[in-house]
Amino acid sequence: MPDLGLEVLFKGSNMLRLLQGLWAAVEISLVSIVTSFPLGIILGIIMTKENILIKFLTKVYLEFIRIMPQLVLLFIVFFGSTKILGINLPGETSAIIVFVLWGVAEMGDLTRSAILSVPVHQYESSKALGLSKTQSYFYIILPQTLRRLVPLSINLVTRMVKTTSLVLMIGVVEVLKTGQQIIEANRMTSPNAAFGVFLVIFILYFLVCWPASIAARQLEKKWS
Amino acid sequence: MELIKRLVTFILIITLLGSLSACGSKTYSKKNNEKKGSKEIYRTLDEIKEDGTVNIGVFSDKNPFGYVDENGDYQGYDVYFAERLAKDMGVKINYVSTEAANRIEYLKTGKVDIILANFTVTDERKEEVDFALPYMNVSLGVASRSDNIIKSLDSLGKDDTVIVISGTTAENYMINNYPDVKLQKFDSYATAKEAFENGTGVAWANDNTEVIAFSLQNKGYTAGIPNLGSNDTIAPAVTKGNETLLEWINKDIKKLREEKFFHKAYDKTLAGTYGNEYKKSIVAESREKE
Repeated sequence: MPDLGLEVLFKGSNMLRLLQGLWAAVEISLVSIVTSFPLGIILGIIMTKENILIKFLTKVYLEFIRIMPQLVLLFIVFFGSTKILGINLPGETSAIIVFVLWGVAEMGDLTRSAILSVPVHQYESSKALGLSKTQSYFYIILPQTLRRLVPLSINLVTRMVKTTSLVLMIGVVEVLKTGQQIIEANRMTSPNAAFGVFLVIFILYFLVCWPASIAARQLEKKWS
Repeated sequence: MELIKRLVTFILIITLLGSLSACGSKTYSKKNNEKKGSKEIYRTLDEIKEDGTVNIGVFSDKNPFGYVDENGDYQGYDVYFAERLAKDMGVKINYVSTEAANRIEYLKTGKVDIILANFTVTDERKEEVDFALPYMNVSLGVASRSDNIIKSLDSLGKDDTVIVISGTTAENYMINNYPDVKLQKFDSYATAKEAFENGTGVAWANDNTEVIAFSLQNKGYTAGIPNLGSNDTIAPAVTKGNETLLEWINKDIKKLREEKFFHKAYDKTLAGTYGNEYKKSIVAESREKE
């Protein structure tokens, strides 16, 4: 067994600190996901409307969020809000704002494509059955859309969880930052701690993202 | 046709974004003017004292200058100084974990009152923030094998290679001042260290703190040149224009120098890594007197 410097995790409250850091990351992603997914689905429905102005505005919003690196968005919200608006937002709040903006945009686009992928004959058949437009939307189209959305949105969830590692740049001490702190604090006594600590961080991220994909698989099985 | 449509959309988006940002800058300058009249972005000394808490930006992963110990407490040379500043000011500290890349932004937005994150004084940075008196010195250093100590770069042989890490001040310094010396460049500390230990170069040029720490921790290596090139200083920084706070820090630093506070700080935080031999070159107050 190579020396992974794992002993640093048992010094003082290091393991607890690492878990607290993990919770900071999970909290930001959970709040963002819970807020942005319903809003994103609504945005996706709006995006399928054949209105030039709506199409243009949603396109600008989506492309802006997509092109901008998340780090830049974090800096704009965290420092920009203070500079331009004079509001002093804490790092966590800024992170949630950015993640919600990002989640709504991505989720909206996923919903749009999922709605469009429902075949035309589904619309036509529901019309033939005598369902009104709203009825066919709620009973026929949306249920099929949501099923298609599950695997796509799990991908977004795991991406969000992993992207929380960027919030250390706006002063939020999450799991990765805590790991770096532990490694650095012990760099004289346990020079190999980097391997062990990053291995543990890898396992922690995995444990957070894995249940999401299990749940998604179960849902898909149940619905198919 | 498709192409034209795309082009038109693209131009539309660009103009829209342009007008958006134009609006943004207008409101910004207006706000700025308003602020100059009533309230500045930073907090003055009295405002900090009134609030009872000072926000200090430090590194949380740069042992032994600013780091977090196993109990979750901030430690290190910078932190030791920060604790004393807050004690003298009579306020509590709220530590903010900063990175090298965002230290200036934190000050410019007033999100921290003081940066004590091993901030090297440079001319470019002086335009963005205000530095107080220095509390530490840094320069470059050169490590070599103890059986072939390099005391001066002029004594290098024709085929001797010097190891540097790309993008560091050491690399720049070598290229500008010793263009004839053969350099072997590495991307990271770890690869440079391994190459040096495997005998790739006769010497390794880097920040002197790194060089000293390396030669103390690894037997058979000596910091043959502990001070090389331009001597930079490290100082506390405050938001540009925050004179009350800057003056107070300068006054406090002068007082601390008299009571040899920074020597004590060195003994408590840095001696374990650098030994006592280099105290004179690292602690700012000693050079100031020479």
